[in-house]
Amino acid sequence: MENKALLMQGNEACVRGALYAGMKFYSGYPITPSTEIAELSAEYLPTVGGTFIQMEDEIAGIAAAIGASIAGKKSMTATSGPGFTLKQENLGYAVMAEIPLVIVDVQRGGPSTGLPTQSAQGDVMQAKWGTHGDSAIIALSPNSVTETFYLTVRAFNLAEKYRTPVILLTDEVIGHAREKIFLPEAGEIETFDRLGPLEDRPYIPYGVEEGDIVPRFAPFGTGHRYNITGLFHNEQGFPSNSQENAQIMLQRIHDKLNGEDIIDFESLYCDDAEYVFLSYGSTSRSAIAAVNQLRKEGYKVGLFRPITIWPSPEKQIKELASRVGEICVAEMNLGQYFLEVQRLACGDTKVSHMGRANGDILVPEEFVARAKEYFNER
Amino acid sequence: MSDRSQLVDKYFRVDNLPHIWCPGCSHGIVTRALTKAIDELDLDPDKIVIVSGIGCSSRAAGYLNFNTLHTTHGRAIAYATGIKLANPELHVIVITGDGDASAIGGNHLIHACRRNIDLTVMIFNNNIYGMTGGQYSPTTPHTALGTTAPYGNIDRPFDLVRLVEGAGATYIARGTAYHTLQLTGYMKKAIAHKGLSVVEAISSCPTYYGRKNRIGDAVGMMQWMKDTFVEKRAYDRLDEEKRIGKVPFGEFVNIQAPEYTAVLAEITKRVEGRL
Ligand SMILES: Cc1ncc(C[n+]2csc(CCOP(=O)(O)OP(=O)(O)O)c2C)c(N)n1
Ligand code: SF4
Repeated sequence: MENKALLMQGNEACVRGALYAGMKFYSGYPITPSTEIAELSAEYLPTVGGTFIQMEDEIAGIAAAIGASIAGKKSMTATSGPGFTLKQENLGYAVMAEIPLVIVDVQRGGPSTGLPTQSAQGDVMQAKWGTHGDSAIIALSPNSVTETFYLTVRAFNLAEKYRTPVILLTDEVIGHAREKIFLPEAGEIETFDRLGPLEDRPYIPYGVEEGDIVPRFAPFGTGHRYNITGLFHNEQGFPSNSQENAQIMLQRIHDKLNGEDIIDFESLYCDDAEYVFLSYGSTSRSAIAAVNQLRKEGYKVGLFRPITIWPSPEKQIKELASRVGEICVAEMNLGQYFLEVQRLACGDTKVSHMGRANGDILVPEEFVARAKEYFNER
Repeated sequence: MSDRSQLVDKYFRVDNLPHIWCPGCSHGIVTRALTKAIDELDLDPDKIVIVSGIGCSSRAAGYLNFNTLHTTHGRAIAYATGIKLANPELHVIVITGDGDASAIGGNHLIHACRRNIDLTVMIFNNNIYGMTGGQYSPTTPHTALGTTAPYGNIDRPFDLVRLVEGAGATYIARGTAYHTLQLTGYMKKAIAHKGLSVVEAISSCPTYYGRKNRIGDAVGMMQWMKDTFVEKRAYDRLDEEKRIGKVPFGEFVNIQAPEYTAVLAEITKRVEGRL
């Protein structure tokens, strides 16, 4: 990869980012608007000694990717709409068994088969709560082709570091947009490989060293014969019905996602803003354009953009809520992240919503009008 | 020392015993046959991966001292496919029940057969959902009783051997927990086979299937296996009339065909470095 300007689609940037991060395995099932990720993985992976396989459905797609990760390969699967729903059970498995994995969801309109070729941000809550039980997840949301590249690398890094599935939550607009991108040279940005067993002591598959929170990973076939299960398990990986053990295990799975380096966000003119748009993914592009225009006209508006959607940037959103006049959550759904922001604002400020779920993207003029309405009524 | 205890010491995680199976359940016999087959093949245990789904049968994985993966219901073959592709030098053996393999996991079963990927699938067929308490499965005979078939099963059962033959498996055998010597032999050949191999191991669930269908306890179930299953060559010699109520066991398919990971390796060799 050379460092010159390229014109690239978001879905291709995702595959390039995955390869940069060291992806060696992809398995999935085609679905619009994520299909290019499968097609390009099929083309590129064998050229770097990796493996692509098209499975019989999305369930098998994620299951095979988990299997490959257990055998030591950095793995990814991608999907959209109904396919994301089908992946939920095994997504929970990867959380429980602590298997590194990247799952890309290029969002399209739903419910059901919905609007296959049109954009949406309706999977935000499913990304967090879609699998049953008290799960814990990381989800990242890029708003450009370039950011898709970098966040894919980051998704792999976080998956490897925290032994967890990471969701890259893009949308049809970002996946299919063509934008200019400069790809980094090899070695220019950090890539992380999961930590292997320590050599000077016996390997305890789900035990953590003093001061650590993530167990070390021994790929199958490397001489450490142990058990992996989706049942609650003890440190040896063997099923356990102990409630005390279940409590400790689940708590650790949640606590490990408090890592300082997981939260990422962009804050634009928020320091002195009175009115703040909170937006992410493709919708935030319209928000940024509107905020820049409004600032030129002298309006004290700002934009807060969670890049790490889950866990949400709680501290930052709470702080914003403590000092601004209103937070308007703008997203392509009928009010999903809105609920999270409302929860965090907890009555400290007004939280409003701007959004729809008919495939029609939110344009800058709507943001401008909405903000002006606030300032006029004040 | 008896042969049995040697196998237990060598291949079972004795710390994790006793197992969860009911007294008289045949899953233990089938699991033992598997360890015997592995022992006779003299394979490196570090290179053996056992992948199972969910069910009483699938619990076998956790008791075995290999790389063991207890997955989600029906999905073991899909997980196993990923493992094999990621590291083709591993021997990947799937342990699955009749429900796990042919109901919820039926799609994965047929597609793995079609690909002829080098996995060995051991189906512990007890004709019932044991773990959830005796509901009918895709192999429960027509009219047999189950907790969800209180008036007799309306469904017609799969013949698993013919199912996987149609799907393209390249080694197929059926054995039983009663005829363990032969069962071990089929398992050995299946593991050594290059390609997708399936061994249907007829097992028994005296607790639910046996009791509900008045076949009896563990001994009754064994007697049923002895009376019902006839070695294939002998079965083939029986006239039509005498075949009624009998089921053949033995080797049904043993052919060579291009194996998925081998073909993939050739392609990779051709295109590697091209980007
Ligand atoms: C998605 C899902 N559906 C249902 C179940 C409940 N369940 C657990 S085991 C099982 C049936 C197992 O039957 P079989 O595969 O024949 O194995 P056996 O217990 O008879 O050995 C079912 C329905 C589950 N665990 N997951
Ligand atoms: S319920 Fe049936 S299959 Fe399950 S352990 Fe008991 S006898 Fe075996």
